[in-house]
Amino acid sequence: MATPAVKVYGWAISPFVSRALLALEEAGVDYELVPMSRQAGDHHRPEHLARNPFGKVPVLEDGDVTLFESRAIARHVLRKHKPELLGTSSLEQAAMVDIWLEVEAHQLSPAAIAIVVECIFASFLGRERNQATVDENVEKLKKVLEVYEARLNQSRYLAGDFLSVADLSPFTIMHYFMATEYATLVEALPHVNAWWEGLAARPAAKKVAEFMPVDALESPKKQE
Amino acid sequence: MAPMKLYGATVSWNVTRCVVALEEAGAEYQIVPIDFATAEHKSPDHLARNPFGQVPAFQDGDLHLWESRAICKYVARKHKPDLLREGNLKESAMMEVCLEVEANQYTAALNPILYQCLVSPMFGGTTDQKVVEENLEKLKKVLEVYEARLAKHKYLAGDFLSLADLNHVSVTLCLLATPHASVFDAYPHVKAWWDGLMARPSVQKVAALMKPSA
Repeated sequence: MATPAVKVYGWAISPFVSRALLALEEAGVDYELVPMSRQAGDHHRPEHLARNPFGKVPVLEDGDVTLFESRAIARHVLRKHKPELLGTSSLEQAAMVDIWLEVEAHQLSPAAIAIVVECIFASFLGRERNQATVDENVEKLKKVLEVYEARLNQSRYLAGDFLSVADLSPFTIMHYFMATEYATLVEALPHVNAWWEGLAARPAAKKVAEFMPVDALESPKKQE
Repeated sequence: MAPMKLYGATVSWNVTRCVVALEEAGAEYQIVPIDFATAEHKSPDHLARNPFGQVPAFQDGDLHLWESRAICKYVARKHKPDLLREGNLKESAMMEVCLEVEANQYTAALNPILYQCLVSPMFGGTTDQKVVEENLEKLKKVLEVYEARLAKHKYLAGDFLSLADLNHVSVTLCLLATPHASVFDAYPHVKAWWDGLMARPSVQKVAALMKPSA
């Protein structure tokens, strides 16, 4: 079997790496995930810095194109293979996709990530959960989700009645968020909940969810 | 054709990010001020434009948009698509990377600096130098990467001016109003890139708009 032309570098447990993988899965593109070790500091090595001078993951190699920043990777993959997920059929659709991707980046994700880091990743990172941080971000996230609820009351998906990258982009972080006790914030909002369940049921989302096993992270590291 | 409307105050670097794009695109627009002092941004009228009660908001005919970078993309796509290169996979891919880097690395480091140096004093607060120093260090790391990039290419996404370069302008103009403008001096290619941008009529116009009135 020929080696896939597309390579993604990183650790799939990262919701950023998995965001890129979700785009590839949705686009039906063959790819190779090149595993890297965060613990071994692979992302700081010269060969990785040559791919991404910011030393982060994911990185995508697609022929002679090397890209980083997970949302830029997702956009490229979809522009190449499934442009309808970028709303390319009209200026209005494309604008709505862009808005809701910005909202995910600047409103939803910062609050959701802060909660996920404290509730799921803290023990993995060898520290205690900071409840004050959680509480602050739960309040922020509630307000954001109210906006999502109002939107999804008007249209089936975020950018309109069509699935787009604006719906796919939050999936990986929400996957972790929904494993915390704060999942009730989503469950309490009928349209957001239905939207979430629809996303999670997609074959591409199920595949990517397997790369992000929550229970593997929740067990605290035992001291020798 | 009615001019496009951009809602917000020109003291906001998110609002002026859009002004740069509108000027470069040669679009007809008007700025409709939103008065934060009277909490106009939280009024029902404004919440209908931007459900987060923030600025900018934007209107083009029946289309209502918000989020500055989404507005900029719309304006470019409609009036100057060359800034996005969406017809060329490789060029648009590089441009998208650079747009993300602006938001997630460059402006992410600059925002706290601008807040501490420009916004906090406006409301009678102090400047937290520790926050400024921490973020200046982050900014320098970004500038190192930009320096290497701009040593090889005229602009960030390649040898073509793109929205990625333009989206840096408003925050960088604000940096010039802080005591930390000299941070660019150690990066000659970044400085040359910035000087080139400053020379553009669109940027000159925005710089004039951002000067506080007498």
